[in-house]
Amino acid sequence: MNAPVAARGTPKTTRATRARQTHPQSAQPAQPADQSAKQVTYREALRAALREALIKDERVFIMGEDVGRYGGCYAVTLGLLEEFGPERIRDAPLSESAFVGAGIGAALAGMRPIVEIMTVNFSLLALDQIMNNAATLLHMSGGQLNVPLVIRMATGAGRQVAAQHSHSLEGWYAHIPGLRVVTPATLEDARGMLWTALQDPDPVLIFEHGGLYNTSGTLSPDAGPVDIDRAAIRRPGKDVTLITYGGSLRKTLAAADQLAAEDIAAEVVDLRTLRPLDDATILDSVRRTHRVVIVDEGWRSGSLSAEVCARITEQAFYDLDAPVERVCSAEVPIPYAWHLEEAALPHADAIASAARKSVG
Amino acid sequence: MTRPTPHKANQPAHAAGDAAHRRELLREMLRIRRFEEQCVELYSASKIRGFLHLYIGEEAVAVGICQALAAEDPVVATYREHGHALARGVDMDSLMAEMYGKVTGCSRGRGGSMHIFDIGRRFYGGNAIVAGGLPLAVGMALADRMRGISRVTACFFGDGAVAEGEFHECMNLAALWDLPLLFCCENNLYAMGTALDRAQAVTDLAARAGSYGMVSWAVDGMDVTAVEQAARRAAEAVRGGGGPHFLELRTYRFRAHSMYDPDRYRDKSEIEQWKARDPITALTAQLKQDGELTDHDLDVFEKEIAAEIVQAIEAAEAADTEPLADLTTFVYSPRPT
Repeated sequence: MNAPVAARGTPKTTRATRARQTHPQSAQPAQPADQSAKQVTYREALRAALREALIKDERVFIMGEDVGRYGGCYAVTLGLLEEFGPERIRDAPLSESAFVGAGIGAALAGMRPIVEIMTVNFSLLALDQIMNNAATLLHMSGGQLNVPLVIRMATGAGRQVAAQHSHSLEGWYAHIPGLRVVTPATLEDARGMLWTALQDPDPVLIFEHGGLYNTSGTLSPDAGPVDIDRAAIRRPGKDVTLITYGGSLRKTLAAADQLAAEDIAAEVVDLRTLRPLDDATILDSVRRTHRVVIVDEGWRSGSLSAEVCARITEQAFYDLDAPVERVCSAEVPIPYAWHLEEAALPHADAIASAARKSVG
Repeated sequence: MTRPTPHKANQPAHAAGDAAHRRELLREMLRIRRFEEQCVELYSASKIRGFLHLYIGEEAVAVGICQALAAEDPVVATYREHGHALARGVDMDSLMAEMYGKVTGCSRGRGGSMHIFDIGRRFYGGNAIVAGGLPLAVGMALADRMRGISRVTACFFGDGAVAEGEFHECMNLAALWDLPLLFCCENNLYAMGTALDRAQAVTDLAARAGSYGMVSWAVDGMDVTAVEQAARRAAEAVRGGGGPHFLELRTYRFRAHSMYDPDRYRDKSEIEQWKARDPITALTAQLKQDGELTDHDLDVFEKEIAAEIVQAIEAAEAADTEPLADLTTFVYSPRPT
């Protein structure tokens, strides 16, 4: 059940159509002309955030499978063992339930654990602890027990690793009261969400799309903590709102590029935080554009996209000029074969088509 | 696996042989018994609702183990935890109010019988997922070890938990990381209605813990002084850096699994045999035989306990309920500014 090792022999993304190894931030035309800005990968931005947390707060430690000697299954924690030692960069056995639960216990005892789960499919082995303890203890104890725990995990498809390593289940976690669910889609968020999450007295789950680790762009050397409360408008536009998050952001921005060539000005909203949802930013955009496409790599039925759609129809129904459109993954276990996997996932073309349909 | 020789296990532990202390053990077991008997009445009167899992018959375990714990040692328990809470010093008023679902309850009425929490007593519940508390205990012990704090985390669970995957993950982690944990396995022979030998291929639970390389042994869970002796010995070893220890406490619940349970799966004769070993009756007889307890002493205990229970009921009856406006309070903490 090993996760693919991005830095060590991950299946190469050779097709030009899918190997969009450029970060959304750098894809935008107007880049700050900061000469000191560094070229970094998403992986490096995450690592810088982890390193900063370990330096700034002695209560912080990292625990998970192969986070230490191996260097992290996606090489995010590479080099941290050498710098911080095996107590704080703690390799755990294949016991998701025990080490996630141990993270909860350590958090109850005053530590600030960062637990890494290889991939969201494996997190199901720890779902009991996440749901029945982490999310529940504060309320069930009448406010006595805080769980200041951060759990990081990879999510999403696109690397031909088939149906037990490729799903997008962050929407499930967003169903659970007591959890905060964040999805860094940009370098700034990869660098900045962790510290803010560590300051939160409650459990925060960070979902890192597997397709983002190798993406790169420029990041200001003074990049630091960012809020985890608000959605962000990644591209302003007046004709249609494209709502997305995580690994689908770059596809959605690509769709917005296509639409711009047809004189359709699409606004792209990056949800950033799936729970609690920032209704205000979503609704404000919808009330300006009156048309919505929701892009979610999760399945359509009973999903995050369904929740966003429901909130829009509940709160902005009379502002809509067209039915809400959704672009989601096909309702199949994500298959291995490249053409089948591609067919199962949202793509820029499909997003642009949905937007054209909405604009009519 | 290391098992103590019978000779070693029977060595009197510190204070355990003292008459006043033994009377106190009796009083504490009686207090738990009478509290729960009253809970049955209150359940029948619909004052207490939901699930109610009684500890009646198993009191020697919680009382004996808690003797070996210091005030700062964390305790993690199960959904059958009234006895542990009381033995740990959780205030009876706040426990009863919790059963009533009142705002003065230790969990402000959000937990009920199965979710008793009292951070002041370092009592961490109250976990109704079988084996679900073990990882928490592992994490607390890990935090202590990382910071060099000399504490023992006591974790209670039943024989049913030994069949769960989480149990084995936690045994491995605790032993691998050499954590200061005292595992207290209350083997009452039934996981709800399924007998141990119908559910588990190897029924010697101490042996199974021992296979993880930790010190483990079985103890007569119907004998409070035996439990106390074992707990003191194990806790002292854990505190001294001896790594996790595991006690299999052989006990029995006299009542059904919960108030919903018609108890069809046990022979009445089996229940009667175990009742003949009632830890309260046994210690009472022993103390009397040793000339260390009079009927008057017992009477005083009963009256004091009855008064405490009446007071707890009156306080719970009179207490307010949580305002509905606060339904969602504590889903999230107030955000730091």
